[in-house]
Amino acid sequence: MAQPVQAAVEGRKQAEKHLPYWVEPAFTIVALGGFVIYAIWEVLAHNNGTYHNYVSPFFSPGVAGWFGIHVLTALYVVWVPFIFRFSCYYYRKEYFRGFFFHPAGCAVSEPASHKNKRYTGERRFPFNLNNLHRYAWYLAVIVLIFLWKDTVQAFIFKNGFGVGLGSIILLINAVLLTGYTFSCHAFRNMIGGRKDCFSCANGKPSTGYKWWRRVSVWNQFHGAWAWASLFSVWAADLYIRLLISGVFSDPRLF
Amino acid sequence: MSEEIVLSIYRGDADGGQEVEYSVPLTPGMVVLDAVHQVQAHQAQDLAVRWNCKAAHCGSCSAEINGRPKLLCKTRLDDYVGQTVHILPMQTFPIIKDLVSDVSWNYEVAKKIPAFKPATAVPFRMQQFDVDRVQEFHHCIECFLCQDVCHVLRDHDAKDEYFGPRFMVKIAEYEMHPREGGDRIPLLAHEAGLNMCNVTKCCTEVCPQHIRITDNAIIPLKERVADQYWDPLRALFRRKKESPTNQSV
Ligand code: SF4
Ligand code: SF4
Ligand code: FES
Ligand code: FES
Repeated sequence: MAQPVQAAVEGRKQAEKHLPYWVEPAFTIVALGGFVIYAIWEVLAHNNGTYHNYVSPFFSPGVAGWFGIHVLTALYVVWVPFIFRFSCYYYRKEYFRGFFFHPAGCAVSEPASHKNKRYTGERRFPFNLNNLHRYAWYLAVIVLIFLWKDTVQAFIFKNGFGVGLGSIILLINAVLLTGYTFSCHAFRNMIGGRKDCFSCANGKPSTGYKWWRRVSVWNQFHGAWAWASLFSVWAADLYIRLLISGVFSDPRLF
Repeated sequence: MSEEIVLSIYRGDADGGQEVEYSVPLTPGMVVLDAVHQVQAHQAQDLAVRWNCKAAHCGSCSAEINGRPKLLCKTRLDDYVGQTVHILPMQTFPIIKDLVSDVSWNYEVAKKIPAFKPATAVPFRMQQFDVDRVQEFHHCIECFLCQDVCHVLRDHDAKDEYFGPRFMVKIAEYEMHPREGGDRIPLLAHEAGLNMCNVTKCCTEVCPQHIRITDNAIIPLKERVADQYWDPLRALFRRKKESPTNQSV
């Protein structure tokens, strides 16, 4: 098959048998809601996310510094991942189910209050802006480049190359964010998906086709990449925040 | 004595009705449709159920089993041992009688979709890897379970605003065909109501053919609508000329 068909049929069947429908939206509310509250606290209550050679993903790149701004410095960056995730097809599913109950679960009746409001899906503001997801992706790629620069920097200590627990956490975070970004549906479209004929140029599979296939495989796990990278951003930031507050010091592995 | 299983089957029509309980002996490998046939043969000869193939191929026996849209002939009863099996007709379409609902709206929608229009003279040769993608969509058996579960149709009854997931699959099948010459993107952006879908993926969850409706049909189509209607940079660089295979530019 050129694009993977449903892989997790058995797993899904099991989950369906054992988990009541509300588990997924409840998880979304707790995990996503928890992250948003944490992010607001992080952005509003701190102006610095750097600890020696470690930079928190919330504060990178240091846009505020480029303009000589020293308050709410994270604010100048976090809007990019925010709009990227808000317009992500996977998170759309999760928040429409978890926060808006549109619907909370499959074949689960929507709340009675929905009867009084006209449903417009993604046709009206602000959800129609999700159509611009690709632009959020372009910006996210720029941020990702800085994130990799920070990751390299996390291995360069005062006395040269080294590995601390923080370096490992930042590396894992960068890998997961890369997986998330390049398994994106919009990327899958732009890399080759929008073409109808992959062989029309010379009868051979085009480069776009090869990339599209590869991205299709990653894309199957886009939801997993989405959660894993959300938690890794959370962990990386929290780790650096704790280092800055002196709660513990970074163990050097070598 | 063999184990008995209790079925609670909806009996009624447009004027109303209720669930009625029937007990049938459970035999190994039995599917829900077998049990319904048992009831029909021995306890309620007037019980209406639509079916044809009993092999998950014709898409006729769609219903809701314990609240899940499913094919009666593909659902094993041993999944429900120890429970009462509630069997209802699909909720999104008007009921005719008992388990039979009127799915004719779907056939009206199908008529609104322009048929395949080859861009080059037939017969043509295609590479297998070019058609793999649309072949996934050919697996559709038109059971309309995805239409039944889609909250746009089910909860909001927006049948005049959205064609539903089955027809997004149909349109994707044409649009992504390597030799297709038509353009259904304006249809998707307007009358077909693609953006009524909020990608919540219930259609994918219930599809008995395991077509990845949302990931492989709906989202790529949304991206194509965005290519044509939402992307200012692409609009700037869009070349007006028709390419032979009518690929989006
Ligand atoms: S993903 Fe879209 S088409 Fe499928 S059930 Fe949800 S709203 Fe309906
Ligand atoms: S796409 Fe799947 S669920 Fe929908 S009608 Fe076809 S086979 Fe049935
Ligand atoms: S679809 Fe999730 S990041 Fe693009
Ligand atoms: S009877 Fe044909 S699909 Fe069930």
